[in-house]
Amino acid sequence: MDLGDHAGFIIGGYLASFVVIVGLIVFSINQSRKVRARLAELEARGVRRRSDARSAGRAAPEAKV
Amino acid sequence: MGITNTLANPTRFMSYSGKILPVTWALALVMILAGLYYAFPGSPPDYQMGEVVRLMYIHPQAAWLAMLTYVLMAIAALGTIIWRHPLADVLQKAAAPIGACFALLGLITGMLWGQPTWGTYWVWDARLTSFLILFIMFLGLIAIWATVDDPGRAARIAAILTLVGAVNIPIIYFSVQIWSTLHQPQGLLQGQTDEHFLPPMFLMLGGYTFLFISILLLRMRTEILGRRVRTMQLTSVTAEA
Repeated sequence: MDLGDHAGFIIGGYLASFVVIVGLIVFSINQSRKVRARLAELEARGVRRRSDARSAGRAAPEAKV
Repeated sequence: MGITNTLANPTRFMSYSGKILPVTWALALVMILAGLYYAFPGSPPDYQMGEVVRLMYIHPQAAWLAMLTYVLMAIAALGTIIWRHPLADVLQKAAAPIGACFALLGLITGMLWGQPTWGTYWVWDARLTSFLILFIMFLGLIAIWATVDDPGRAARIAAILTLVGAVNIPIIYFSVQIWSTLHQPQGLLQGQTDEHFLPPMFLMLGGYTFLFISILLLRMRTEILGRRVRTMQLTSVTAEA
């Protein structure tokens, strides 16, 4: 497909869009992976949020019954 | 307020967004691929602009999403200040980098479109200058989130600045009607766009919008999990002390 004399501007625009959008997606996915890994690490160490600990504390007596 | 109240619970939000995300990613991919087909072999060159018209399928879309992002952030800012909505500051923080990227793309693609059509990459006219200010505001908000340690305090500062900066949105939108600018007015809304150019425009607009929703949900989920990690770390340190 011949984009004429201004092919550089057109290709440049689409290329820039691709690089910025894919860059944003990759950056966001990496951030998500890091946070999930940190969360899994804390859970493996037995660390809980106070709300989780409270709900677990409430659930425990019922579980015994 | 029914839906927002339902989604206000971060756990419920995580559940719903986890189900929605694969659908929005798929819709974004399909619409952008179809849009790219119509953007190149599937549509003719413009009788005045020639092949450069193909930039019309990525430039207004990026600009529209940058403004939509800011409007969403302004609504979320109200949520933070007035209702202290649990997800409002999460949305504000998650959306700012997306807005910055789309604003940057609006500027880059606009400059690349400007040179062959106007004969210059940049002029300090009302539309271009107000849009550059929008980009700088996104960067400023990202800087606030990055430098203020306490997320609650960062949210309040960011919310106030977002609401002050919201005055720029109508200025951007109406600048081409109020002032004499090189930038052309919105032809699409006035029915001035030829029907051959509409499929790629709307497909790319839909694709970009679903892409925006997908990235926003992904980043909001990450932010919620990040806050859980922070809480757990604090709990851990308190327990050890």
